[in-house]
Amino acid sequence: MSQTLNTLKRGERAIIIDVSSEEIPLKLLEMGCLPGNSVELVQVAPFADPMYLNINGSHLAIRKETAIHIIIEKEII
Amino acid sequence: MSKQINIALIGNPNTGKTSVFNALTGLNQKVGNYPGITVEKKEGICKLPRGVKAHIIDLPGTYSLNASSLDENVVIELLLNKNDKDFPDVAVVVSDVENLKRNLLLFTQIKDLEIPAILVINMADRMKYKGISLDIDFLEQELKTKIAVVSTRKKEGIDNLKHLISNYKDISTAPCLNASEIDKDYFDKLRKAFPNQLLYKLWLVITQDVNFGKTDRNEIEAIASFKTKSKSDLKRLQQKETIKRYQFINNTLKKGQTIDVSQAKDLRTKFDRILTHKVWGYLIFFLILLTIFQAIYDWSTVPMDFIDGVFANLSDWVKNTLPAGAFTNLLAEGIISGLGGIVIFIPQIAFLFLFIAILEESGYMSRVVFLMDRIMRRFGLSGKSIVPLISGTACAIPAIMATRNIESWKERLITILVTPFTTCSARLPVYLIIIALVIPEGRFLGLSYQALTLMLLYLLGFGTAVVSAYILNKILKIKSKTFFVVEMPNYKLPLFKNVALTVLEKTKSFVFGAGKIILAISIILWFLASYGPGEQFNNAENIVKTEFASQNLDQEELNQKIASHKLEHSFIGIAGHAIEPVIRPLGYDWKIGIAIVSSFAAREVFVGTLATIYSVGNDDEDTIKNRMAGEVNPILGGPLFNFASGISLLLFYAFAMQCMSTLAIVKKETNSWKWPILQLVIMTAIAYITALIAFQFLK
Ligand SMILES: Nc1nc2c(ncn2[C@@H]2O[C@H](COP(=O)(O)OP(=O)(O)OP(=O)(O)O)[C@@H](O)[C@H]2O)c(=O)[nH]1
Ligand SMILES: [Mg+2]
Repeated sequence: MSQTLNTLKRGERAIIIDVSSEEIPLKLLEMGCLPGNSVELVQVAPFADPMYLNINGSHLAIRKETAIHIIIEKEII
Repeated sequence: MSKQINIALIGNPNTGKTSVFNALTGLNQKVGNYPGITVEKKEGICKLPRGVKAHIIDLPGTYSLNASSLDENVVIELLLNKNDKDFPDVAVVVSDVENLKRNLLLFTQIKDLEIPAILVINMADRMKYKGISLDIDFLEQELKTKIAVVSTRKKEGIDNLKHLISNYKDISTAPCLNASEIDKDYFDKLRKAFPNQLLYKLWLVITQDVNFGKTDRNEIEAIASFKTKSKSDLKRLQQKETIKRYQFINNTLKKGQTIDVSQAKDLRTKFDRILTHKVWGYLIFFLILLTIFQAIYDWSTVPMDFIDGVFANLSDWVKNTLPAGAFTNLLAEGIISGLGGIVIFIPQIAFLFLFIAILEESGYMSRVVFLMDRIMRRFGLSGKSIVPLISGTACAIPAIMATRNIESWKERLITILVTPFTTCSARLPVYLIIIALVIPEGRFLGLSYQALTLMLLYLLGFGTAVVSAYILNKILKIKSKTFFVVEMPNYKLPLFKNVALTVLEKTKSFVFGAGKIILAISIILWFLASYGPGEQFNNAENIVKTEFASQNLDQEELNQKIASHKLEHSFIGIAGHAIEPVIRPLGYDWKIGIAIVSSFAAREVFVGTLATIYSVGNDDEDTIKNRMAGEVNPILGGPLFNFASGISLLLFYAFAMQCMSTLAIVKKETNSWKWPILQLVIMTAIAYITALIAFQFLK
């Protein structure tokens, strides 16, 4: 089942399915946030914003407002 | 001898470009474990085998050739402009072995520009630790390049890199992949329209709004207007391009790189669990700040007392050795105590720089950015603004330059405008001497009142910065997309050499920068104070003698009266009296007024200026602090530096924009006079009003 990235819980992993192109800056894609890549939530700040992610081996933090435009599919453990 | 070759160091942020630059050139440019340390191009020379010389430029980090912030533009403008004198004969693309996948994206783009490119895989010392192994031959073949595996920490692979650079003519300029496949029709049309231009360059010009200043304008305009596609179509194409590049990279690395996860040690997760924790993270951050503060205030007293003693002795020695006279006074008490007033702060300044360097080198700074983003956003700032605000406690100038990696122009502008409120090291000397004069000794909860006052002043500076940001955020009508992404680098043990060099370099420039100004100002002031126009000055002796003829003054007292009469009517006295009406309501006399005016060159000259003014025509040997304590308020009586005027001065220095260099850098960074002038006027107005209120209430 697909969800948006902001629903990911700490320690969970998922696969990126789609990034809604209009809202997501190119820079984020260039940093590896692309369909097919894996994403893991490393840590969240209070109110789950910003989110500290491990995307395909790159560690970066993005705001929730960006995360809601990234569609993911959670890994079933 | 062959001509000098131009080399550009290019790569993602924080991959070690500056470290490679330093290794090649023997220079000591600033290195730090935070993306965006280098924001301007820096140049150096490297000697290669066979007597060839290379001119090397270190560039700011960029994730790709699609610029999204100012520091990234520098790179693209250079690479697209063949006529630039720095245009590279060979690009050295620096990558981090732990982030090879992401780093190679930029590499494939540079290959498309058909510039010979050498790939440096840096941080090789981390390979074992992370269980990474590479098939270099395979990678060289796939990426159509030569690879140097380097560790600048261990000083390995640098010679090989030099060797590759001197043989750069052997490197293929063929692209690694054919990016135009993403939309064949479109790129065919493009190629037909501009047959003598490089296809990829055309594409870059079309897709972005960078200002290609020096390139051939007409041609660029023609290319840029070749818009057969809508903006969102173009963006979709850029996405496709990125995906295509990543496909190529993934396939290449699948064969060329193996990562044995069982070998990898992961300290990052352990540290981050605590350091970025919702509660512990903030607590630790607070404790770190407290420690820094404690160090600045308490740990530096011993070396400071020592320096104080040395300068007092030096000044005595000058007085006793040189023939007595005004010039000896200038030297002994104006210049030497003025310089002493700077040198004495070296321990504190050095501690400050030391802590900032450690925060930057360890990788902790990005964690603070992460922790603070949400809070800072409330105030119209970005989490990244925390870096300038923290490093602004050293100096506002590098802090303002460090805003360049903030993506949103509005957040960046606000950060630039409020950064000068943070308590920079130049304010420290003023604060410390005033606090020592007017804040009583005594302790509250184990902290001395004086230390607490200093802490309050730091909080005041920070608080004002944040509140002004909030107000600016409401007033400024700038539309800019807010967007935030920050890389979280690995933790690194700060390299002693890097930290020590940074501290040394910065302390040196603080002392020499301030020292030069102080020297100049004290000489000018001394002249202005030792000469004057008209009867009152030139005939001071007779005037004073007649005035006090009835009182039986001894020679000593009479001399003193003459000297002070002269000072009052010297050029500086006249100027001082002219501004006195403006500053009297704040509780200052004309001498403080002069010190404030000269502080507009740089705040730290305050103490030196007073030292010079007091020394003219005065021979008693006393420290500057005792002199200040002995000054009497000419109107109200009582000590000039009392609680009311002291607090008023502290507030004035906390708020006033008294730094030419900061104004100059704001002009440069915002590209307009509007912002620095606004800063100057508003900050100084706030300073004046709060100082006025404070004095009138407390007196
Ligand atoms: N372990 C290890 N660390 C390194 C090596 N080279 C550089 N570093 C560290 O990597 C960090 C970044 O180095 P810089 O040279 O500032 O990187 P940069 O690419 O110039 O960074 P920006 O200017 O911010 O883009 C610093 O903390 C360096 O100490 C290396 O070979 N091994
Ligand atoms: Mg650098």
